[in-house]
Amino acid sequence: MKQTFAIGIGGAAGQGVATPGDIFAKIFSRRGLHLNAYNAYQSIIRGGHTFLTIRTGPEKVSNMGDRLDLLIPLNQDAMDRHRGLLTRGAACIYNSDTIKPGVAAEGVALCALPASKLADITRNKVAQNTLAVGAGISMMGIGFQALEEVLTEQFKKKGEAVASENVGLARVGYDYATANFRPFAWPLPTTGNRYAVLSGNVAMAMGGAAAGVKFYCAYPMSPSTGVLHWMAAHARKAGIMVRQVEDEIGVVNMAIGAAHAGVRSMCATSGGGFALMSEGLGLSAMMETPVVVIDCQRAGPSTGVPTKTEQGDLWQMLGAAFGDYPRALAAPLDIGDCFKIIPEIFNIADRFQCPGIVLCDLLLSEGRLSLDPRDLDFAPIIDRGELITTASSGPNGDGVYKRYKITESGVSPRALPGVPGYTHTAASDEHDEDGVLISDEFTNPAKRRAMMEKRMRKVAGIEAAVPAPVPWGPRDADVTLIGWGSTKGVIEEACEILTEQGISANQLQIRWLAPLHGDAILGILKDTRHTIIVENNYSGQFARYLRSETSFVPDGYIRKYDGEPFMPHHIVEAVREQLSGKSRLSVPAHEILV
Amino acid sequence: MATALAATNHVAMADLKGKVDPDWCPGCGDFGVLAAVQKALVELQIPNHNVVTISGIGCSSNFPGFINTYGMHTLHGRALAVATGVKLANHDLTVLVTGGDGDGFGIGGNHFVHSMRRNVDLLYIVMDNQIYGLTTGQTSPTSRVGMKTKSMPFGNIEAPVNPISLALAAGATFVARGFSGEQKHLTELIKQGIQHKGFSFLDVFSPCVTYNYDNTYQWFRPRVKKLEDDPAHDPADWMAAMGKSLLWGEEIPIGKFFERTDVPTLHGAEPVLNAGPLAHAGLRIPVDVTRAFVEELI
Repeated sequence: MKQTFAIGIGGAAGQGVATPGDIFAKIFSRRGLHLNAYNAYQSIIRGGHTFLTIRTGPEKVSNMGDRLDLLIPLNQDAMDRHRGLLTRGAACIYNSDTIKPGVAAEGVALCALPASKLADITRNKVAQNTLAVGAGISMMGIGFQALEEVLTEQFKKKGEAVASENVGLARVGYDYATANFRPFAWPLPTTGNRYAVLSGNVAMAMGGAAAGVKFYCAYPMSPSTGVLHWMAAHARKAGIMVRQVEDEIGVVNMAIGAAHAGVRSMCATSGGGFALMSEGLGLSAMMETPVVVIDCQRAGPSTGVPTKTEQGDLWQMLGAAFGDYPRALAAPLDIGDCFKIIPEIFNIADRFQCPGIVLCDLLLSEGRLSLDPRDLDFAPIIDRGELITTASSGPNGDGVYKRYKITESGVSPRALPGVPGYTHTAASDEHDEDGVLISDEFTNPAKRRAMMEKRMRKVAGIEAAVPAPVPWGPRDADVTLIGWGSTKGVIEEACEILTEQGISANQLQIRWLAPLHGDAILGILKDTRHTIIVENNYSGQFARYLRSETSFVPDGYIRKYDGEPFMPHHIVEAVREQLSGKSRLSVPAHEILV
Repeated sequence: MATALAATNHVAMADLKGKVDPDWCPGCGDFGVLAAVQKALVELQIPNHNVVTISGIGCSSNFPGFINTYGMHTLHGRALAVATGVKLANHDLTVLVTGGDGDGFGIGGNHFVHSMRRNVDLLYIVMDNQIYGLTTGQTSPTSRVGMKTKSMPFGNIEAPVNPISLALAAGATFVARGFSGEQKHLTELIKQGIQHKGFSFLDVFSPCVTYNYDNTYQWFRPRVKKLEDDPAHDPADWMAAMGKSLLWGEEIPIGKFFERTDVPTLHGAEPVLNAGPLAHAGLRIPVDVTRAFVEELI
């Protein structure tokens, strides 16, 4: 098993959970350690309970894991909620002025920091946090200098006095722990690597910049708003027009307008905003104007649980907008993939002049992951498809140009407004090759059929242009776990644990959801022994989709719809239960109360 | 909205004739609006490939198909949102938005208000016939109280929207009203609206001869009075314009209510566009810039 170390920091919103998290993340990534962070929070600005998990180690850390090594509760509530989850070898650092420790399991170190005796805490509201960070760093076997460096940077904006006050507090906590607490059994190593740490939202925004997006617009909606924030902050340097629009209907239509005028155009939202955008997706398909829409899923339906994760929007994506039309739909597999998938789907959308949908979720959007900076490739392949941008570049100028020319591929060369000789009207009504409406005065069944078939021929083209999924793990495994999108990391780790426990397991993770590559999937699954579909929703949306496309029915299902992501042991225990024949449907309970 | 005049290639009426003839009912007010737009483009000598005519859905929204420019016939109520995207992606284009009162003030009301406060540089022409035509005669947001339609057979009990007051309140920088029966006057307003740098709103009385028996040519003709004929009218005076916008009855003002030129356009206010239209920009971001983006994360 990979060696990892996990920290949990809990408290009320506004108590400063994020800052210690950022400090730990920086220290780890600069030591060349990988990390994965997930913040469980509520839709509240002050109060409630927030719980941040940071897991680090020398190898890639694909999920939050099962175990906490260090708990830092910032209030009594956090102590009471999480103390019981600590097991042998773990420690808990807490302010003994305000928090009663209670009873922990055997082998758990309760490390009391008498904050008011160690420092003047009346001047600094978050003094206890900094003391605890200092103590934790000492117990992890990390030299103080690394912490001093990060603190100085972190508080630089607030002035030198604040920075040095925090460095002083951290030093006190560090020295107190060195003198009084037992260090962790596994001192955190260093490697020569240097990692960037980013959220899925930042990765998708940067992926957009890399893809050449010149227009981005959005209406704020959790958990997609991080894309807007990155775009807005970096727009002027990146040469991107970023707009906040009055609603998501305006967003998608504005994005389509910009795309129609010739730029790569993108927007992001969550399920509710996407619902408002669906008519616009049909417009993109009908006018054959490519646009990329990101849906960051949160727990639905309706307003649902805005700060919690789910994979519950799949059927909304498949059914968005009325009528049949070609669409490209892909779910990123991890935060690194959030970056890579954007240039890929833009190439597909541009080549096939249709909407591209990226189906992300809160787990990736707001989670954070360490990445080798070289994986953030700002010069990816860009294929804009058949575009007419100058008077001489197209096949038919001067009045004979057919915007919707019937072709074998279904793709017709697209002239951009402003080019002399190619004027035409793009219509949401059904139209003929010239773009003239056939919906009004004289409808024409033959032309309607020809246009439907022209557009739908693109589906085969898209399927051929995107890669089929490939299985991961041993060929002849006892169990095959099938997932899609963000569950890749946790299923991967569950497979490793199962293998250690003597149950060989492999994984099939689906990235391109439409077109689905049904034949390739059936080919992979025909030689499996026991198949289980794992997904973060109630009804098994992917299982139902796979069955509708391929008639494939798995042996079992693992589902979770409580708002929190899977942890590896949830899957491991469910697999064992199902292999023993006790159940075909497992719904693991989330033990952490967040 | 300003557009550079073409140095060569004289623009003639024939260049602006659409691929098909309008399928509006004989006598529809929209014919007059189409003719006036074509005349204005000829008089301003704007080449048709530099014009994008964008509409929503409805009788009048079929407009882009009847004029030879680049056109977008979009979704019901969404023309202004699409048009904003077009203008921001390529601000060299002249953007005309055409549609009806249901499309603009009903289903598209949200975009209408926000496009005006943003001062998007385009001309929005509403062919206002106080009725839903393409759906065969229902009450519209501008139908008068008491008007009987298929959807309100016992008479409308809802107050109509006042498009001119609404536009003034929302911050439109050019606000005018025309009448399809006053061709020369209408053409002049369209020219001014195209040349104005900012959001130009032009509400046009465009009678529906099939479904609206109240607001006919005969009803409008004696009532419309040109603001230009009033020597005391000052289009720079917003308060006076607001007062004039409330006049409705035996006398209904048409003409330019208001114009101000001191508000930056949306595209003019955004430095990202200083280097030229985004549609012509290179797709790659300089390496030193992207390197700095990544460094922030380490």
